[in-house]
Amino acid sequence: MSGFDARPRVRVPRTASVDEVVLVRTLINHPMENGHRVDTDGTTVPRHIINRFTCTFNGETVIEMEIEPSLSANPFIEFEARVPESGEFAFTWVDDDGSIYEDSASITVG
Amino acid sequence: MEYSRRHTLAMGLGGLFVTVVPIRVSADAAGLIQAFTGGADIVDGPLSISAPEIAENGNAVPVTVTCPDAKSIRILAPANPNPEVCTVHFGPLAGRHTATTRIRMAETMDVIALAEMSDGSFVQAAANVRVTIGGCGG
Repeated sequence: MSGFDARPRVRVPRTASVDEVVLVRTLINHPMENGHRVDTDGTTVPRHIINRFTCTFNGETVIEMEIEPSLSANPFIEFEARVPESGEFAFTWVDDDGSIYEDSASITVG
Repeated sequence: MEYSRRHTLAMGLGGLFVTVVPIRVSADAAGLIQAFTGGADIVDGPLSISAPEIAENGNAVPVTVTCPDAKSIRILAPANPNPEVCTVHFGPLAGRHTATTRIRMAETMDVIALAEMSDGSFVQAAANVRVTIGGCGG
């Protein structure tokens, strides 16, 4: 039903010092249909968005985000994370249709 | 031009319309703010929101919100068909409590950020963005 291939992309530094605050940038392609758009046939395109985004580092929460239809297509989310040790960021995007898109990124701290 | 009774009445009604419409919009914003704060008072705090003054394309307007000590921040675009944009919750490993994303804007408006602080108080900030082409379709 999706009709597209969601490819999440994340960017974090490869290395950092202990407790450094690093910039995390994420992007995923998704139409984010807000339920108001009318297509060329004159029918309203039903709502279909990513409604939730989470980022954890070694299992501990960095940020969680509840998303509504007013976020742009291809959601771009940038934030900062504190890294106490080497490990892995895990990212999830939850689709209205129940799909979950995942990505991860590792960082070496020391 | 002479003003008949009919003209005068029409102008009066027009004037009433012009004054009532903005009040209705801001009442919506007040309702949305109250939905997040639960009616608690808004105090001064270190919340900042940054957005471009003029956005040529309302489909993707970059917005950054920053608030040290915030538990969560909600972004509202009150004049959109869906005024809520997103709510960010910061976990224990959030660095500086900041987030940047791109939002849709239907028309020129004040984008509102609301932060819930760790002590349970609420802070509000707004940024006016002039939108050339709206981005909500339909």
